[in-house]
Parts: sequence; C-alpha cells; structure tokens
Amino acid sequence: MNRLRFWCLTPAGALLGGLFLIPLGIIFAYSLLTRGPYGGVFSPLTWENYSRLADPLYAAILWRSLLYAVIVTAICLMLGFPLALFIARAGRRRNLYLSLVMVPFWSSFLVRTYAWMFLLRDTGLINSALLAAGVIREPLTLLYTPFAVILGLVYGYLPFMVLPVFATLERLDKSLIEASADLGATPGATLLHVIVPLSKPGILAGSILVFISSLGAYLTPDLLGGGKTIMIGNLVQNQFTTARDWPFGAALSLILMLVVMGLLVPLQRRGSEGLL
Amino acid sequence: MDDAVLELSRISKHYPGHRAVDNLSLRVPRGALFTLVGPSGCGKTTTLRLIAGFEEPTSGELLLNGSRMEHLRPYERNLSTVFQNYALFPHLTVRGNIEFGLLRRGDRQMAEPVRKVLDLLRIAGKESRYPHQLSGGERQRVALARSLVLAPEVLLLDEPLSALDPQLRKQVRAELRSIQRNVGITFLMVTHDQEEALSLSDHIAVMNGGRLEQTGAPQEIYLRPATRFVAGFLGAINWMEDIGVRPESTRVSTGPAPPEARSRRATVRSATFLGKCYHVEVSFDGGAIAVCEVPRDSHMVSPGQDVHLWWRAEDEMQFPAASQ
Repeated sequence: MNRLRFWCLTPAGALLGGLFLIPLGIIFAYSLLTRGPYGGVFSPLTWENYSRLADPLYAAILWRSLLYAVIVTAICLMLGFPLALFIARAGRRRNLYLSLVMVPFWSSFLVRTYAWMFLLRDTGLINSALLAAGVIREPLTLLYTPFAVILGLVYGYLPFMVLPVFATLERLDKSLIEASADLGATPGATLLHVIVPLSKPGILAGSILVFISSLGAYLTPDLLGGGKTIMIGNLVQNQFTTARDWPFGAALSLILMLVVMGLLVPLQRRGSEGLL
Repeated sequence: MDDAVLELSRISKHYPGHRAVDNLSLRVPRGALFTLVGPSGCGKTTTLRLIAGFEEPTSGELLLNGSRMEHLRPYERNLSTVFQNYALFPHLTVRGNIEFGLLRRGDRQMAEPVRKVLDLLRIAGKESRYPHQLSGGERQRVALARSLVLAPEVLLLDEPLSALDPQLRKQVRAELRSIQRNVGITFLMVTHDQEEALSLSDHIAVMNGGRLEQTGAPQEIYLRPATRFVAGFLGAINWMEDIGVRPESTRVSTGPAPPEARSRRATVRSATFLGKCYHVEVSFDGGAIAVCEVPRDSHMVSPGQDVHLWWRAEDEMQFPAASQ
C-alpha cells in the first residue's frame, strides 16, 4: 500500500520538483547576482537587488498592486456571490448559466483584453454611443486609467470567484435554509446568518484565486493601464525585457511570492482549523 | 376534540400527474401528541411541509387557532419543525442553534428560556459544542431544544426517531412522550412505523395514497380499523374470507375448539420459538396461510399436525366490501 502511494506521488512529484523547485532555485541564484550590460547575470554575489526595493518608486508599485488586487477581489465577491447564488438556485437551467460563465474561456484572454480597448478608447463604442446620445460633449477618458485596469481584471477573474462559491452553495443542505425560515428568519436573515457563513470555504477559495491572479497580472495593466498604472507584474516583465536587469527581476518575483505566501498561509491555516 | 389548535380543511397538493395529498381534512386537538402514519409515499411528509409552509397547497384551508394561514410564509407561522436529519446549523454551537430562533424574534431575555430547555433535554454542559461533536441522540435533543425554546403552537416532527439506532429509539420514544407531557405543546409527528405511532400517540391519523383512511385513538384504530388497509398497516392480520383476526387473537389447539369460539381446521406448517411465544404458521385446505402467536406454556404443536384454528367473535374485524 505504501509502495503504491509512493508511486502515485512520483509523476507529479518529479514534474513539480523538476519544473518548479529547480527553476525557483535558479531564480533565487539569479537574484543574488549582478546584472550584465545586455541581460544575463554575472558575479559577484550581492543582496543589493533586494535592498533596491526600499526605493519609494518600487514600494509604491508594490502597494498599488496590493491595493488593486484587494479592490478587484472585493468587487468580484460583490458581483460573484449573488451570481453564484442565482445559478445555484436556477434549477434545470443551472448548467446553461454555468456554461455561460465559462464561455469567455473559449477565446484568448489577450483578444478579449483588446476588445476592451476598442470599447474603452476615446473613439470607442462607449464614448461614441454617449456622444451620439448627447449625454457627453467630450469623450470620457476611460482607457489607460486605474478604472480600466480594475475593470479588466474584474472581467477576467470573475469566473474564478463564481465557480468555487457556486460549488459550496450547490452543496448547501436545503433543509438548513428551511430550518432557518422555520425558526423565524426572513430571507435576508437566512442569507446573512446561514447562507453566507456556510459558503465561507468557497468565498475564501474564490478570493484567494482572484487575489493571487490580480496581484501578479501584467497583461491587463499593460494593455488597459498603458504604463501609467504599472503593477508589479509589469515591473518584473520590464526587468527581463527592456531593462535587461535579470537579477532585479528575479528578486522582485521572489518578493511577490513571499508577499502572497505571507498573506495566504495564515488564512489557509485558519481555514483548515475551521475558524473561517 | 373540540378545541383544535390546528385544522386542515379539504387540503390538496397536486403535482403534475401525481396527487400527493388529496382532499385531506384533519383536526389536531390542543395539547395532544398527534401522529400521521402511513407507508412511504402516502403524503404524510408533504402534509407536514404544507403545514410548516415549505409547500403551498393546491387547494383547501389551513387554520391555526381558527385563523387562516395558507398565505403566511414559514417564518410568519408560529410553528416549528424538527427535521428528519435535524438540520442543525453546522457553523453554530449548541447555544447558537438554540438561540437562533429567539434572536430572529428579537428576544433580548434569552438566558432563562435557553437554560430551561437545556435542562429539560439534559444537554446542559454541551452548549459550546458544535453539531459535528455531538452523538446522534444529542443532535436530536438539540433539534428539539431549538424548536421548543420558541414555545410554538404546534411542534412538527418529521420521522424524529428514524435516524437513531434501534436501541436508542425505544428509549427516546418514551422520552419524547414525557417531554410532550411536560411542556404541554401540541406535537404533530410523522412516521411510517406503526409501532411508534401506537405507542406514542394520543391520536393517530392513517394516510394512504394521499388520502385519510381513519383517525382515532391508538386502541380504536388498532382494534376497530375502518378499512382493510388500516387493519393491515397497523399490524399483522389473518384473513378468513372477509373476516380479519390479529395473530395474537388467533389460537391453535389439537383438540376441538371451545364451543363459543369460531374455528377452522388447518395444518401446521412451522412453529418457531421467539422467546416470549411461539410463532405458528398454519395452512388451510385452499392453501391460504395464517399465523398465530401461541403462548409458551400451551400444548406444543409440530409441523404436519392437523389442528383447529379458533378465535372469539369479538376479535373479528369485518369490513364492508367497498373499503377494499
């Protein structure tokens, strides 16, 4: 039995070990080296790449990324929870609505983000319609704003919130809802005191997925934020491309990982102890 | 039976192609332990759900203390349900579960009623446990406590003993009865177990196919069933043409039957020792089979033996042909 268990672990273990732990080690090694003039890494070993993060410019980007990720997670929760509840109670149409939530995954995220650019730009669909309707005289600045970045991230990651929340709501014992009404709870009180507390595992899972994805996003802030609302993902990307500073890029991505772990490990520990 | 706390008047619940409850009228006397009994699918649980408000009747009237309540939502009805699976809130402690209904009402003085109900159900000391930390019997007590603390007009119980293991079931049955006497709240219980119904209830209503077959006190229903269905559902019965006789009223003897008794000749098929009595199976010429519970001290019979099967006229149950 133990032998069988060992062999069950082997393929995934080898894959993760080879393709995750070793590259992670390489990144860590890079982060301690010195940049070369055209990319690449050279000795000597230094901690300087980490101390550069104290630079207010980089700290601001990290803070902005965290702020955006929190806002996006909160909006996804506010939109996603009612949607998940609606789908869970849709009866026979449940599968139809679920597949509608997933339809966007059928096409490339890049293409969908470009579509948002066409919608949001000064001569885009939204501004043209508002101008034509006489609601506005000047085009609104929508594209290349924090608004556009957050909109794009919410759009992209909403399904990551809806699906886990739906999964917990679907499993919710209906007799608990009846018991709540039976004990005198109005539908609102049942939502607040029974449904929401019991869907916490789904809310937690969805929030973690959306938060991590938003924090590390670089495509959306790059295309919809236009360089003015740079997030940490873009900063990492820049170091490996235009800035040709691989050691700093490696240090940044490790810091990002540590921040995520620092936030999530306590959350998951509390969740596994049943405190959430 | 005049003071009915709950009254169902010509209640029907029709689903497409299926009449779950069909023209059911019932009066539940105040302070009684009233049991709805019937085979699975007879509409008894649907009836309970109609009363609780989880389902809407297709037609008919529901009256609580004489006032119509069909239009009231479950949370507007002063009734409370003990669910078959108890439906305790897993995220709340025992105390949280018991206080749930009081909090929804906005009661501020909770300490006293909660303490009382904890004592009544002997779960004091378990207030801070979560449902998953309780035994099946304890969960049931919490479910009862959560409802009783609200002092509902009627407590609805859906197969309250079915989730317990058999040893516990008899003990809880007696306790349920004493709790009901103690608090004086009307209990309306649903069960498919005729023994449970007979041993617990003040009044029984037997349902079959969405319809009411008979209501009455347990003795009345057992000894004078109105229909063949009721006779057969509440206990085993031997059919001798149109006459039914309970096995415990049926005797066998090797000699002639007493002169005042009704009797038939039969052949013993088997005799099984059950501890408190023998279970004797006999067959008639026509092939029909009857069973008798024979006291241990009576003369023993063996398979193949020709015997007289006899019973007293007052133990006969007769049914009009239409009641089949």
